[in-house]
Amino acid sequence: MSTFTDFLAEPIAKRTLMACLMIGFANGFVSAFVVLRKDALRIGTLSHSLLPGIAVAVLIGGLTQWSALAGAIFAALIVGLGSIFLSRTSRLDQDTAMGVLYTTAFAAGVLILKNLDMRQKLDEWLFGSIVGMADSDLWIAYGISAIAVITLTALQRPLLIYLFEPNIAASLGVPVRLLNYAMFAVTILVLISSLQAVGCILSVGLMVAPAATIYLLTDNARTLFWGGGIVGAIGSVAAFFLAYPLGWSVSATIIVVLGTLFLIAYICSPKYGLFSRRRRIA
Amino acid sequence: MSTAAPHSHTKEHVCWGGGCAHTQHHRLEVIDLSVRYQEVLALEKISFATECGRSMALIGPNGAGKSTLLKSLAGLIPGGSGKILWRGKPLTRSSHEIAYLPQRGDVDWNFPITVRGLVEMGRYPNLGWWRQYSRHDADIVERALTSMELCDLQDRQISALSGGQQQRAFIARALAQEAHVLLLDEPFTGLDKPAQENLSRLFKELTAEGRLLIASHHDLQTVASNFDDVLIIRRHQVAFGPVAEAFTPASIASAYDNVEPAASN
Repeated sequence: MSTFTDFLAEPIAKRTLMACLMIGFANGFVSAFVVLRKDALRIGTLSHSLLPGIAVAVLIGGLTQWSALAGAIFAALIVGLGSIFLSRTSRLDQDTAMGVLYTTAFAAGVLILKNLDMRQKLDEWLFGSIVGMADSDLWIAYGISAIAVITLTALQRPLLIYLFEPNIAASLGVPVRLLNYAMFAVTILVLISSLQAVGCILSVGLMVAPAATIYLLTDNARTLFWGGGIVGAIGSVAAFFLAYPLGWSVSATIIVVLGTLFLIAYICSPKYGLFSRRRRIA
Repeated sequence: MSTAAPHSHTKEHVCWGGGCAHTQHHRLEVIDLSVRYQEVLALEKISFATECGRSMALIGPNGAGKSTLLKSLAGLIPGGSGKILWRGKPLTRSSHEIAYLPQRGDVDWNFPITVRGLVEMGRYPNLGWWRQYSRHDADIVERALTSMELCDLQDRQISALSGGQQQRAFIARALAQEAHVLLLDEPFTGLDKPAQENLSRLFKELTAEGRLLIASHHDLQTVASNFDDVLIIRRHQVAFGPVAEAFTPASIASAYDNVEPAASN
């Protein structure tokens, strides 16, 4: 155990801990939106789409945080808007178009990164690299967390009406289109931070599990945001302390811890748990 | 209309947020409304006029455009041709005076929100993004809950309500919005007999208070007992007028010709 306390004293450990805290919180906070919008699968699609964007950006601009960021945003837009375009100009529905587009993009990303001889980097983007974060990565994560929390808090009132029922929202004068764009932007930003932390394959878990857990415990949608943030942060920090002594990967441990918390809520929730008597009255 | 105007607690007042005896000014007029979804004509030249204090059933076979018409009146469908005039002015954008109540089947009843939370949504047009929820807002929400007999249920999650209670929660939301016009998509669908009768009674109270109710309805047996006017459509307009005049076997036959009429609940 003394080696662990020694390890904690190192700057890299502090950075990792802070990254777990911040990224876990931001993703948990935004997961409330994802859960209420029933958008988990689309997040999976988006997270996979980011990979080729990063690959192409690295190919063009070299490997920096900003080129990776720009590439990720570009790729998400291409796949998101591309699927809308494909579905409007053919007889395919948008989900089908997205399914084809994102897997193709993902595969192309894998090929590019492998041929660039960046197998190491490829692994990091696939499965996360929260331990290896540099100061600049951390600053980006701070910024993204702040933007996510501020935007979602500021937009919470119209956002919740929109998530409940878009038609009611529109009839009440909620700017539905504006909200859609704003939330798309925030989602992409947060995805990038989760990509760093747990990689594009596991990022869905980080962006869904925290609020899914709270969803089983509350009847108040507002609680979902802060509650999701707290679950995300606690889960990620707990994973950090578990992973080192056990020799596990921090990224994977985060998802396992969050999944375990979710299962506990699913079984033990007083009101909506497996064993609660009044799961539904009407 | 000033939203800060004091509201009477009595049942006699006409239209929340307004004075008395102005129903003739609270007129909803639709002139040659047509709506097209890409290539498909969903509504063709619908024209009618009605006013606060009345209730209107919207009748027609499945696919006749009932929901489309309600959404158009709620300002949810852009790009229709023709005119919708509310109080003499074009209804171009959403107004707190018009409340839209979707079909119960279109709503996610598992959404983590209580009855009170749902009713509080009605205050949004007044509050916007950031304005503080005030005593005045709380009073209006309280009154809406009371008049829909939901006070005891206000802390329940909305799936823990019966169908009739869910419909009343929606109406309470519209009342909290201080709406003059309520557009309801199949409000009676899926309700048992006592709940239907209760809703029917509430409809009469709401119109007596000076609101205008427009509801799509598929149970032909109960049109006369629940509504003052009827608009029968099948993409185009088949008939419009007071139930006694317009709801004739001939106009019903014309609307449902070659269509199996929807059975009552």
